[in-house]
Amino acid sequence: MTERTLRGKVAIAGIGETTYYRHGQSPDAEFKLALIAILEACRDAGIDPREVDGFASYGNDRSDAPRLAAALGIRDLRFSNMHWGGGGGGVAAAVANAAAAVQSGMANCVIAFRSLAQGQFARYGRGAQAAAAAGDDAFLAPYGLMSPAQRFAMKITRFMTDHGIRHEALRAIAMASYHHAQTNPRAVMHGRPLTAEKYDASRWIIEPFHRLFDCCQENDGAGAVLVVPAERAKDLPHRPTYLLGAAQGGHHRSAAPVHNAPDYASAHFKTVARNMWAMAKLGPQDCDVVQAYENFTGGVLLSLVEHGFVDPGRANEQLVLENLLAPSGKMPMNTSGGNLAECYMHGLEMVNEAVRQLRGTACNQVPEANVVAVLGGPMVTPVSSLVLGTEATL
Amino acid sequence: MSISTTPRALPAGLPAPAVEPLTMPYWDGTRAGKLVIQRCRGCGKFQWGPEWVCHRCHSFELGWEEVAPRGRIWSWQRPHHPVHPALGGFGPYTIVLVELPHADDVRMVGNLLCPPDAPVTIGAEVEAVFEPHDEVHPPYTLVQWRVVT
Repeated sequence: MTERTLRGKVAIAGIGETTYYRHGQSPDAEFKLALIAILEACRDAGIDPREVDGFASYGNDRSDAPRLAAALGIRDLRFSNMHWGGGGGGVAAAVANAAAAVQSGMANCVIAFRSLAQGQFARYGRGAQAAAAAGDDAFLAPYGLMSPAQRFAMKITRFMTDHGIRHEALRAIAMASYHHAQTNPRAVMHGRPLTAEKYDASRWIIEPFHRLFDCCQENDGAGAVLVVPAERAKDLPHRPTYLLGAAQGGHHRSAAPVHNAPDYASAHFKTVARNMWAMAKLGPQDCDVVQAYENFTGGVLLSLVEHGFVDPGRANEQLVLENLLAPSGKMPMNTSGGNLAECYMHGLEMVNEAVRQLRGTACNQVPEANVVAVLGGPMVTPVSSLVLGTEATL
Repeated sequence: MSISTTPRALPAGLPAPAVEPLTMPYWDGTRAGKLVIQRCRGCGKFQWGPEWVCHRCHSFELGWEEVAPRGRIWSWQRPHHPVHPALGGFGPYTIVLVELPHADDVRMVGNLLCPPDAPVTIGAEVEAVFEPHDEVHPPYTLVQWRVVT
């Protein structure tokens, strides 16, 4: 039987993004931001936007596929896909879903994207304002547990306490993103460096492991990638970047109600990471760069552990700033500034950065990067991650 | 177990638990000062939060049973940043995840009744404190926790 895999079958031919804005600062409507990023990805790929025949997104993106297809004059919409789950858990899954559509022949030229001008709608960092809380929230909101940070904090408390991991490990994660943003003119935090002193002096959001700089901001903008069959990518302007492995989902009952996941102190990548590496036929030791979604720095720690990049017993030694910096750290991470400091585009900006690293055009380029992992939003379910590589990795 | 006469853990104005058929036996229990947890009549195991089916044996025959209102702190957090207008100018406050050894180690979320700077220890034994909210319609009672001394 032929091996069922996406490895080497599809490529990201184009990347696009809007200007990234601070929360509420976009002069454009969210839907227009999506259009700008999509057209930019097509231009980058050298493909007529009317050739796009599919859209994949996640996090309940409001710019829906049929409306995009109508606005862009798409001739033949063949794939329209929304990945369940909130936030950026689905960022890699959206790319993978686009890839699966292309590889299966359901579509030929699929955009995976995210568009966000959250301020035009509601804020993530505020609880629901309804008088009564239903479902799971009935057992959470009356106790003042409402925000994403609060939903995840107790995972992080337990894991870090169990393993004796210090807050300084999380500080290094935050500082790496800010460091890389200083040479990235696209970054929202360009020109706003983060020192250890500034981090340590920042206010508590949640004790014991969430200071202000451990938490993502909200931003406005959009990002998009264009996924095509591997064969086609060879004839397009840029060096092809191939999908080597991708997986999504969650381990046993990771979405159990009211914080009852059996393996609770987790980012929910236990099975997903295994499946992703198996498809890629690679492991963490093969990666030149890692992009790890920061909703909260503690979630990055859990993601890195579950993908095998960090040993929990050695996290205090491994997660130090110098190890995380391009070009020469042992594990260059979030090389464009990540969610914390480039833009909180729910990780889509990290897929774009992975492609730039593999093309050799990143602003904090890691020399001869051939394999880049993108770990999607941690601690939700489903989560997703992917690995991209150059032609040398096929 | 005791009916609280102390001030409430959090200011008034936070969302009340919605009255829903699936979860009604639990809230009826707390009004009576009892901790009542969903238990499968098929396999005898407890589960939490309330579900329509037993995740172990897939029985739809789910009952409810009173359990000892005692547990252990499994994890905790202490929010400072107010995420709801009712919490403006208040806090920090302490949220605990409590494991119930008398109910197959299911976990519940509540507030730990303690000073805002009190150390919190994972594994510490806690007991339920029933916190009535009688002035609202419909009235309800939350389950809070305090360390057993």
